Amino acid sequence: MYINNQLSRKAMEKIKLTIDKRAVEVPKGTTLLDAARSIGIRIPTLCYMKLEDLNYENNPGACRICVVEVAGRRNLAPACKTECTEGMVVHTHTPRVINARKTVMELILSNHPGECLVCSSNGHCELQEIAKDLGIRQIRYKGEMSTFTVDRSPAIVRNMNKCIMCRRCETMCNDIQTVGALTAVNRGFNAAVSTAFERDIAGSTCSYCGQCVSVCPVNALSGRNTQQPVLQALADPDKIVIAQTAPAVRTALGRDFGYDAGTLVTGKMVSALRQLGFDYVFDTDFAADLTIMEEGTELLHRLTNFLKDPESAKMPLMTSCCPGWVSFVEQHFPELRENLSTAKSPQQMFGAIAKSYFAEKLGVDREKLVVVSIMPCLAKKYEASRPEFANHSNPDVDISIYTRELARLIRSANINFMELPDSEFDMPMGASTGASVIFGTTGGVMEAACRTAYEHFTKQSLEKIEFDEIRGLEGVRSATIDFGGFPLKVGIAHGLGNARKLVQEVKQGKSPYHVIEIMACPGGCIGGGGQPFHKGRMDVLRRRASALYAEDKSKELRKSHENPYIQKLYAEYLGEPCGVRAHQLLHTHYVDRKEIVNMFSHENQES
Amino acid sequence: MSRIQSITDLLHKRELYQSELRFREESNQIVITDDNLSELLTSRKKQILICGGTGCRASQSEQIIENFKKEIRNHQLIDFVEVVQTGCFGFCEKGPIVKIIPDNTFYVQVTPEDVSEIFNKHIIAGQKVDRLLYVDPATHQHIPDSKHINFYKKQLRIALRNCGFINPESIEEYIARDGYMALAKALTEMTPEEVIQVVIDSGLRGRGGGGFSTGLKWQITRKSKAKQKYVVCNADEGDPGAFMDRSILEGDPHSIVEAMAINGYCTGADKGLVYIRAEYPLAVERLKTAIRQARERGLLGKHILGTDFSFDIEIRYGAGAFVCGEETALIHSMEGLRGEATVKPPFPSEQGYKGYPTNVNNVETYANIPVILLKGAVWFSGIGTGKSKGTKVFALAGKVNNVGLIEVPMGTTLREVIFDIGGGIKDGKKFKAVQTGGPSGGCLTEKHLDLPIDYDNLLAAGSMMGSGGMIVMDEDDCMVAVAKFYLDFTVEESCGKCAPCRIGNKRLYEILEKLTNGQGEPEDLERLSNLALVIKDTALCGLGQTSPNPILSTMDNFFEEYLAHVKEHRCPAHQCRSLTQYFINPEKCKGCTLCARSCPVNAITGERKLPHVINLSGCIRCGSCIEKCKFGAVYVH
Repeated sequence: MYINNQLSRKAMEKIKLTIDKRAVEVPKGTTLLDAARSIGIRIPTLCYMKLEDLNYENNPGACRICVVEVAGRRNLAPACKTECTEGMVVHTHTPRVINARKTVMELILSNHPGECLVCSSNGHCELQEIAKDLGIRQIRYKGEMSTFTVDRSPAIVRNMNKCIMCRRCETMCNDIQTVGALTAVNRGFNAAVSTAFERDIAGSTCSYCGQCVSVCPVNALSGRNTQQPVLQALADPDKIVIAQTAPAVRTALGRDFGYDAGTLVTGKMVSALRQLGFDYVFDTDFAADLTIMEEGTELLHRLTNFLKDPESAKMPLMTSCCPGWVSFVEQHFPELRENLSTAKSPQQMFGAIAKSYFAEKLGVDREKLVVVSIMPCLAKKYEASRPEFANHSNPDVDISIYTRELARLIRSANINFMELPDSEFDMPMGASTGASVIFGTTGGVMEAACRTAYEHFTKQSLEKIEFDEIRGLEGVRSATIDFGGFPLKVGIAHGLGNARKLVQEVKQGKSPYHVIEIMACPGGCIGGGGQPFHKGRMDVLRRRASALYAEDKSKELRKSHENPYIQKLYAEYLGEPCGVRAHQLLHTHYVDRKEIVNMFSHENQES
Repeated sequence: MSRIQSITDLLHKRELYQSELRFREESNQIVITDDNLSELLTSRKKQILICGGTGCRASQSEQIIENFKKEIRNHQLIDFVEVVQTGCFGFCEKGPIVKIIPDNTFYVQVTPEDVSEIFNKHIIAGQKVDRLLYVDPATHQHIPDSKHINFYKKQLRIALRNCGFINPESIEEYIARDGYMALAKALTEMTPEEVIQVVIDSGLRGRGGGGFSTGLKWQITRKSKAKQKYVVCNADEGDPGAFMDRSILEGDPHSIVEAMAINGYCTGADKGLVYIRAEYPLAVERLKTAIRQARERGLLGKHILGTDFSFDIEIRYGAGAFVCGEETALIHSMEGLRGEATVKPPFPSEQGYKGYPTNVNNVETYANIPVILLKGAVWFSGIGTGKSKGTKVFALAGKVNNVGLIEVPMGTTLREVIFDIGGGIKDGKKFKAVQTGGPSGGCLTEKHLDLPIDYDNLLAAGSMMGSGGMIVMDEDDCMVAVAKFYLDFTVEESCGKCAPCRIGNKRLYEILEKLTNGQGEPEDLERLSNLALVIKDTALCGLGQTSPNPILSTMDNFFEEYLAHVKEHRCPAHQCRSLTQYFINPEKCKGCTLCARSCPVNAITGERKLPHVINLSGCIRCGSCIEKCKFGAVYVH
């Protein structure tokens, strides 16, 4: 549900009330929950979720865990949905309230598999936490339990038997991402969150952004687990196993080992990967620099053509690094797929180069290499599985795991992460510039592209490297950048709902931009569906973003085209950016998947 | 059809149409005595009123109408005898109903085959067909006309005033009965505030279950500021057994159209929406006809009756979910969203359909409005009790002799309703309980029989008015099973949004199932009552907050029955199959073999002319032996 700030700002009228015998004054329109929190009373909530910076909240008032007693009211009031009124007298922990909370909790638990010990949410499950706080020691109400089939897609697994109907996923999917893949179906005890016509996620309009997973309080929605194949590859003496780590991973991984949000753990991460047994620990940042070379060149080509003849080039150019976004275009706006940059994403560029250039350097067949990507993302699993990113069914990226999976691998290998020494990436594909690091946050790709495109377009050196005007966490941002007299108009959006706004403009031919950067997840990759859960806390995202900008600042080289190993790669192997070989290896095409989401499509019924 | 341009025009039309309806109106007033009866019977001019409601149609009333028409043609009596298809008479137990005017003869359970006899004997020869008259269950006397039938004696029909009297598909007959006069009065003589004040003063409260003051609701909607407002008619009647809304829409649809327009005038809405369940095809048809006729006459649309007021009505269909009777769920359903309740406030009067102020009233509530405006608040508030004014329609069902739709003044006692109007308990059995308020209500008992029915009394007694379902139970009904029956319904109808209702009701049902299966333990009763109270305390909407009522009220009033189920594993009413055993008394059994032959599982053995025996392990307790035995030899323990 969208929060209208205008409304709440208008109402500056104050309300006085009493909560647990303490007087409190709050602005009119404040809920009991917020009023209680303002004086340090923590009323437990389960379905409630507030995404402060996005101006959205999920408060269906459905779980009834936050009920409180309001004097003079017949029944208990849900604190998250009840507005404070003048003179209200509220009690948050009377026997009646506690009995109600416990009973409701027992009901929820009575239809929830009690498999906490073998659940991947064990330890950070909100249901578990509240059950613990309420001191549930027995479940008095047992009975029939839901028996849904577990739905496994390439990226997301849905186990609706664990669902508690908080509906956060629906808020993410429908209101924030506007993907519309999830909705409640059926009635009563059989009610569940599902896709249209209760089809598999793979047959739905899901873009695999994974935002539903990142807000699920239990483990009803989770990422697909592919740690086992990684362990097997590492144990196989005939394989050379290569790791590539995406920029956003290093700012978030530490969170799972007790570090503060936004702590950079790059060096420890590299050490950990080595200890796990990876033969080469490379950096996706290297491929991000490569992406800038290709995408930047593509932008300049299109721009040059466009300036000669506006009909001859599809403008604006839209970035293609984010696989959730690419799926979104293919499914919802296939008519605009030619606006997408044909440059592959960094993950896939890395795979393509690793299995050609690097395999040749090593003098081995590509089949001998296993490329494992560590990504902040669930959609990357799907991207790696796309058939066009394989050579005779040998994929460029063999396995993609997400940040939380890496943390689990590290733990299960008995590695004491906090005590690891820092170490450096291997060369050549571990070398990167500051431009590539900021790929992990919204606006980063655009900034990196501008740093390179500016110099190539104007043939001048860039004075001020930071493009502050395109930084920040505002959902849609735009700027006009002076390219030596030419005003380059750029648009940036993160979150698919914001993306939709920019794409609609493009579709209607009203887009003022030359280039648009989109990241499917709020915050960009730092807020990806595979990251340690931020539970909607935007301050966590902000800290992760600052860490990336700090890393950028600390680098000696901050423009992709200055990366000596990239220069070497072109000189030795690829030739020109966007040249023939570069095109073969580093560019792709997109498919109209509107048909796939069409409910009666033949293809879909078979899948 | 010509537009009605002004109030003068309407008055003129009314006079015109009244002359056509005068014969029926006057006959309705006549008190039939032995002196005037033969004169009336032999009158050449006659009208045959036949119920065209859903219930009677299901018993071929359309064929009856056809047959009468055929007889009229055959006898060339078109100028003298007229067939009128009306709405429901309410006495559904005895349908199809055929009423003859002017002598008010009331024929019951008429079949198409009876038509020629009625026609020849009554219409032509002026003699009553005795065998088709209603027989009083107590006196066994044939009752000649509706005025003398106990079922109607204590009724006061305000909401149902036109049902069973006028042809619902004729706007002329509605106008002849002062139809649209209230709208005209409001538009030309009163300000919206004045109309709202009349409704407030009348004391009318929502008839759909909530019981909130109708006038106050209108006032809140009026005060809400918005560029668009809506009025909604809630015709999503969902209580099992209740059908007053359907009957009103089928029998008097114009009263709803008129009342909605008045509501629009008062609240400042120019759009009305009727949310009706698609399972009510006849009501939908009649309503569509009424809306069309009203538009043709200029009683809907732009500049109604030459004033500045414009109003029109659209129909929205529901798919038949009980929860969509809850106003927020109803609004979401109309918006094309999932039919789920949302937390109030905000109330629909402030933020409703598409976010605009929306006034939602129930069909029966609307049906009262035109009369209140014409007869005044003082008249209406003179009927009823302290805080419950006017009348209430009840769907009387269950183990009473006279099942049907009744309308009585508030304050009528349960005893009057069940024993006078309802004609007492079927088959001379003993009264045990009455469930009011449908699945959200509670069971009341013998000790409540003299309770005057109104909102507050029912609530205080642990039940509620609800939409007016009233199901009577006798000594054979097990109250645990009754509670289970209602829970079965709410489990099915819960929208699944909030945890207490979604899971809690299911668990309540499972405990009751355990009890009726003979596996109950004493601790189950404590768990049952705790859970019921928590659900009532925590559920999101009215459905969940009231769904435990059948359990709580039966536990209050029949706790010993619950105890018998859990402590002795015994069902005192012998209704719970798992807790009963069938035996044959060898002294009474004559060995006629009837029971053995009727047993579907061959669990009865015995030689001819010798006492038979029931094999307990094979018996499925279907009860067919007990029904078949002519000697009362089979008994249940």
